Amino acid sequence: MYETIQYLVVDGVATIELSRPDKLNAFNRTMIAEITAAVKEAGKDNNVRCLMFTGAGRGFSSGQDLADVDENMDHGQVLREQYGPMMKSIMNLEKPVVAAVNGVAAGAGFSLALACDFRLASEKSSYINAFINIGLIPDSGNLYFLQNLVGYAKAVEISVLGEKISAEKAKELGLVTKVIGTENWEEEVSQFTGYLAKLPTKAIGLIKRNLKHADTLSFEEFLEVEAQGQRIAGLTKDHQEGVQAFIEKRKPVFMGN
Amino acid sequence: MNTFEYIERFIEDGVGVIQLNRPRQLNALNRKMIREIVTALEQFDQNDEVVSILVTGKGRAFSAGADIDEMAENNSIQMELLNQFADWDRISLIKKPMIGAVKGFVFGGGFELALSLDILIAAIGTQFSFPEVQLGVMPGAGGTQRLTKIVGRAKALEWVWTGDRIPAEMALGYGIINRIVSEELLMEESMKFAKRLAKQPPLSLRLIKDSINKAVDYSLYEGMQYERKNFYLLFSSQDQKEGMQAFIEKRKAEFRGR
Repeated sequence: MYETIQYLVVDGVATIELSRPDKLNAFNRTMIAEITAAVKEAGKDNNVRCLMFTGAGRGFSSGQDLADVDENMDHGQVLREQYGPMMKSIMNLEKPVVAAVNGVAAGAGFSLALACDFRLASEKSSYINAFINIGLIPDSGNLYFLQNLVGYAKAVEISVLGEKISAEKAKELGLVTKVIGTENWEEEVSQFTGYLAKLPTKAIGLIKRNLKHADTLSFEEFLEVEAQGQRIAGLTKDHQEGVQAFIEKRKPVFMGN
Repeated sequence: MNTFEYIERFIEDGVGVIQLNRPRQLNALNRKMIREIVTALEQFDQNDEVVSILVTGKGRAFSAGADIDEMAENNSIQMELLNQFADWDRISLIKKPMIGAVKGFVFGGGFELALSLDILIAAIGTQFSFPEVQLGVMPGAGGTQRLTKIVGRAKALEWVWTGDRIPAEMALGYGIINRIVSEELLMEESMKFAKRLAKQPPLSLRLIKDSINKAVDYSLYEGMQYERKNFYLLFSSQDQKEGMQAFIEKRKAEFRGR
């Protein structure tokens, strides 16, 4: 059982709800450790075929709880020991990950949303790389993700100017997958995650694995990684089912393996 | 073949496979297990059906290290009299190519076992480390020597002093391992490579290994003299006659290891 988050698995979708609503779900040491543990739990659980992050109350997450920051804090060490492992656990998860951004995503809360594969934005949500406003740099993988998502020029604007970005503006920038009105919020989010949870999960994991390699490998090396990935996908039951369903002109039923 | 307690083995298409089989202990190496591995290696080395050898571990890890319980109470004199590393030395005498297919933890004695092999193929996410320093000791089965010969003094000191884990990508960069493959395909890809070697002329394979190993220890001059003798030696083999004849006749050679 967790103290600072709610972890719940329903119909193949694991939800991690950040639950410090009175603090706009700010991160403290416990919450970071609990998120890391919950992500690993979702990774090991074969019933989980999609992971979703959302926030309790009106915010998604306001980032590091500044009440815990004092002059003795070694910021680098906090990243190495706490935020780094949390972000790595998300990056290593070979299942689709969705951030259902219900409200403000600031600082490391913004980073968390950026680390996900999809960002569903409530029309009430907003995004702010607040680090610069307290004389720090975006952390928890933030710039790594941001540059990949929006390119150097926009990444600099967002990080240096530190302005609040609305949901609509975020959609324009390519920061979010789609914007959802408040009246349909829960329904559309659960439709989206439910859809992901019925896809061939292993293939999604392999797509993520290969995309990660695309940046670092030469084309020739990438083709070898691709061949291995397709070999693995070719051995899945979901591949057989997909081909069979196509031949039988019916909808495939994927089991995720 | 005798029965083994801690390993399994089989032969497939010219490849002798040894699987470390203490998965619940993450294949921690005890003395009997090492003896079994060495015995199996020697039997494969003498078996005409086997051209190349593949060593791998069952379960999540290749091997998390030596069995600590077994040695915790030993004193130096007992160790000297027991002379357990004599078994390890025999691994270096194996003439056939040995491929290690490793994943998960490759720590301590497990790392030393891996370094005793010729070719290493690692799954994505494999980690290598010498954690002995945390126990107030140090590697004893060749770790400080073999690692240093591969990566040089500076990195060897750093890694063996700290016990830091070396991720597969870094191990590849430093020449500790040959390739990284997806974990799902570790056995398939390693077997493919081992079987490919098993189709090569066996005498060439063993004299190539013999010569390249000399390059590690000999001076360039001595090594080149040694290489030359092995080169000449192959001209006494049937496979050399067959190989060159097939080349001239533009057909595929059939090697017999004679």
